[in-house]
Amino acid sequence: MATETAAAHGEEGGLVFHPMDQFIVKPLFGDGAVHWYTITNATLWMALAVIAIFALMVLATSRRATIPSKGQSIAELAYGFVYKMVEDVAGKDAVGFFPYVMTLFMFIVFANFLGLLPMSFTTTSHFAVTVVLALAVFLTVTIYGFMKNGSKFLGLFWVSSAPLPLRPILAIIELISYFVRPVSHSIRLAGNVMAGHAVIKVFAGFAAIAVISPVSIVAITAMYGLEVLVAFIQAYVFTILTCVYLKDALHPGH
Amino acid sequence: MEGQLAHIGAGLAAIGSGAAAIGVGNVAGNFLAGALRNPSAAASQTATLFIGIAFAEALGIFSFLVALLLMFAV
Amino acid sequence: MATAQGDGLADATGVAEHAAGSAPGMPQLNFDHWGNQIFWLIVTLVAIYFILSRVALPRISAVLAERAGTITNDIAAAEDLKRKAQEAEAAYEKALADARVEANKIVADTRAEIQADLDKATAKADAEIAAKAAEGEKAIAEIRANALENIEVVAKDTAEAVITSLGFTADAKAVDAAVTSRMKG
Repeated sequence: MATETAAAHGEEGGLVFHPMDQFIVKPLFGDGAVHWYTITNATLWMALAVIAIFALMVLATSRRATIPSKGQSIAELAYGFVYKMVEDVAGKDAVGFFPYVMTLFMFIVFANFLGLLPMSFTTTSHFAVTVVLALAVFLTVTIYGFMKNGSKFLGLFWVSSAPLPLRPILAIIELISYFVRPVSHSIRLAGNVMAGHAVIKVFAGFAAIAVISPVSIVAITAMYGLEVLVAFIQAYVFTILTCVYLKDALHPGH
Repeated sequence: MEGQLAHIGAGLAAIGSGAAAIGVGNVAGNFLAGALRNPSAAASQTATLFIGIAFAEALGIFSFLVALLLMFAV
Repeated sequence: MATAQGDGLADATGVAEHAAGSAPGMPQLNFDHWGNQIFWLIVTLVAIYFILSRVALPRISAVLAERAGTITNDIAAAEDLKRKAQEAEAAYEKALADARVEANKIVADTRAEIQADLDKATAKADAEIAAKAAEGEKAIAEIRANALENIEVVAKDTAEAVITSLGFTADAKAVDAAVTSRMKG
């Protein structure tokens, strides 16, 4: 049945809803086709993320208080958290990339947490989104690496500490792992978020059966707790890997 | 028939998730063992821990993805 | 995915509803929607980037720097105040010691003064007492002398009165002589 088109899903289903339905991109107004400019539910939740970030980072800090309010404390905490990460992992000369890394971190964190609201749409569960994020990092690292280091950037693939006969083999492995980076970088985030949400939906589907429903509800609660953790950890992991890759661009060679 | 085979394949691919769980547990367990031997160095290595977990988990996510593709896309 | 389920599921409300032109099983792999998401994602990221890099981050950085400055100043001020407090304590200790020395001196002086006064008063009192005693003795001596004299007079008068009452005429000169000689005897 899975080979059939989606139109068949509705009729065949024993489950009252399909676990993957929550990820469907729909136009927000009307039922028309989704063009590139259409305002969809993805647009809505991205806009909400922007508003939330604006509220936290701009409105909450508008008083510029020396003794911060709660909101300002959180904004400062986020600032310090990402700034320290960039400085510690990518090095002191990478602080120029700090606004960029901060943008990625704030967007992913807010998209993940907004996606945990019931009935919401999780933008970061889509490969379209995470692939763009990961490719942006990949291209930044590659272009900046070549701009700053020139051909020395290729030293990243030439492991000079290894014995000479091994080096070409290692170079191939390094090259492959370098190009797999954006793949794993993007799929890790989308996969984690999607998997968690889908599992919650699967349990929610079982909740309709009276006998299983208590177990199901407990399981949903537990999964939700795990997802809250995952939402933050995946944002953290995405950001810290960005910093690790930036370090390669700034200081190639092992 | 072909659909059923895809489902079997998806189930087999899902084993990879369990393998990733072993990997993640290995990373975290070794970190804990090291941290208990030298607690003062543990705090500075949490970033490494998360990176390690992320790499171990990524491969599990790949197998999960393969399962999903077999289920829905093939 | 969903195969035959129990009746519980079948009669549960609702049937899965799919939007028109919905994706195959995984909406993530519906490439028709990628353009839309990528476009809006880029808009979102640019918006966030400008919010953060133009407004939020400089502001937070300024606040943090200002706070660090304030804390440094406060610590310096606290050090200053601590030093002042120590100085004040030292001054206080010194004043206390001085005051104690002074007090001891005053006590000693006062004691000496009082002692002198006391000695003077005692001496004066002694002198007065001595004078009074001398005066008293003189008065006693006078009284005694007067008394002796009076005794002679009384004795003569008495002797004359006795003689007269016996019926004799008293010879004053003889009585006086007799009394005087008796008194002396």
